[in-house]
Amino acid sequence: MARKLLLTHIDVPGINTFEVYRQKGGYVAVEKVVKTMSPEDVVEEVKKSGLRGRGGAGFPTGMKWSFLAKPEGVPRYLVCNADESEPGTFKDRYLMTHIPHALIEGMIISSFALGAHTSYIYVRGEMMPQIRILERAIAEAKEKGFLGKNILGSGYDLEIYVQPGGGAYICGEETALLESLEGKRGNPRIKPPFPAIAGLYNCPTVVNNVESIAATVPIINLGGDEYAKIGIERSTGTKLISASGNIVKPGVYEIELGLPVEEFIFSDEYCGGIANGKRLKAVVAGGSSVPILPANLILKTAAGNSRLMTYESLADGGFQTGTMLGSGGFIVFDEDQCVVRNTWNFARFYHHESCGQCSPCREGTGWMEKVLHKIESGHGSMSDIDLLWDVQRKIEGNTICPLGDAAAWPVAAAIRHFRDEFEWHILHPEESQTRNYGLAHYADPLQPIVS
Amino acid sequence: MLSVKQHNENVTFSPELLAKFGEVVSRYPEGKQKSGLLPILHLVQAEYGWVSADAMDKVAVYLNILPIEVYEVATFYTMFLLQPKGKYVLEICRTGPCCLVGAERIMGHLEQKLGVKEGEVTSDGLFSWRGVECLAACGFGPVLQIGPEYTFYEHLTEDKVDELIDNLKAKTE
Repeated sequence: MARKLLLTHIDVPGINTFEVYRQKGGYVAVEKVVKTMSPEDVVEEVKKSGLRGRGGAGFPTGMKWSFLAKPEGVPRYLVCNADESEPGTFKDRYLMTHIPHALIEGMIISSFALGAHTSYIYVRGEMMPQIRILERAIAEAKEKGFLGKNILGSGYDLEIYVQPGGGAYICGEETALLESLEGKRGNPRIKPPFPAIAGLYNCPTVVNNVESIAATVPIINLGGDEYAKIGIERSTGTKLISASGNIVKPGVYEIELGLPVEEFIFSDEYCGGIANGKRLKAVVAGGSSVPILPANLILKTAAGNSRLMTYESLADGGFQTGTMLGSGGFIVFDEDQCVVRNTWNFARFYHHESCGQCSPCREGTGWMEKVLHKIESGHGSMSDIDLLWDVQRKIEGNTICPLGDAAAWPVAAAIRHFRDEFEWHILHPEESQTRNYGLAHYADPLQPIVS
Repeated sequence: MLSVKQHNENVTFSPELLAKFGEVVSRYPEGKQKSGLLPILHLVQAEYGWVSADAMDKVAVYLNILPIEVYEVATFYTMFLLQPKGKYVLEICRTGPCCLVGAERIMGHLEQKLGVKEGEVTSDGLFSWRGVECLAACGFGPVLQIGPEYTFYEHLTEDKVDELIDNLKAKTE
């Protein structure tokens, strides 16, 4: 059984309450921090842990914290990004639902380290039940003296508030989130200045993902050096993986980074293999925005080594033959699934969610959606594949925020690895129009075309 | 497009609702009350079932901001309903992972069961339905949610959808 740090007590009845969470060792890290450590000590432990942002970007958390400007007389803010809406990703919802105090404890530790006295948890508006759960947890922690004025007699004051979003994926981008928190449309800001210099209300701000903030609890309990021994090389610690699609056991799993992908998909401890006795066709490993990989490339790197659940191994080979750990949204496709239809579905998502601020994204995502739908429904021509390739190339890297890249990458990877499927739709219009394509007309997924 | 003065309801916020507004605004530094806009629009929608132009105008007055600042926010975020809908708005996730496990089939069933197309309201005023983008429950799909509580229903089947709709009907009789 693999080591767990965040979900250790997930099955304990009542772990969502302060009382039970405390009985299981909860808030010991807060006591340690406010009574025996300085903010600089906490930042140093997080740096030593090697923790990398668990929201998708994978930037070292301790380094991000150390960039925070600290002018005198200006408030600093910690904002937790709980706007989870990347297709395939549902780990934060799970954590907040079942162990809300892990997030609250992490918020106190992180706020202390950053010198923040007011912190916000920006939760996507659709998660009203989770908002209520968090508000209850905050009230409990405050009642017990772990929040509010003079926490545990340390002289440190902190208030945490929960802010609901309004249903916009773009608000997962940190500057769009800050705009939204200020009561505006979620239009991303041009960087620089980065939030560490001018964030919420133009004050120094750190925006961290739910899982990153919760991970500070085991880091303080274990010590940064011990935490860094878990995992492998620069991928330290554990990671929550949201597994969905055509697998026997969908759900949220905590893995030790470095686990072979093959073991994650096929072992009974995790996904339990492909459902209904089907074969593995492809995987989107880190949420919908990361490149899809066919079966052979998700199990082995281009060099022929076992691919591992790490930031480095999943990216091995670059975008030609690799993908990304991203948010840990692991979507598994069996041999009957249509990559073209799924790519169209994702393209529709990004078109719908584009904030409309940048022309390449606003126009390009809609264009990709239309061309993909045309091909998928059997009305495309061979030149449409080249057009699609051209459009995605013109979006990538040409927008203020990464949503343009997120929209372009799935399309590029689908064409790169499954061009035969696009061609099949064009050559078989009648079957495509009736969606009668659940047949073995594709190339063998274990021997895909890589151009 | 938002038809700003199309629906005038003569909205009057109750003292209870205004007290909730006040609690929201207290979360932010002085002068940053505009931060309360999204939470307040959620409260308005929970109270009235949708967000009318009249309500938005009054929210603008309450927050001491321009009406256009409210309109541009209310029209940007998908959760705010700018037209009256059914008492129960069933929102079903139509994004990739849910589609892999049957969301499109469930959407077709919803349309058939309710007898209305996406976005329409049933003749008894009880139900509307619409497809929405990822609801962050991909491992438990197909899923749908019903506001204003945003109660979740997971691992949907046609039978579960029928049971859910029948229960909601029975609750309102």
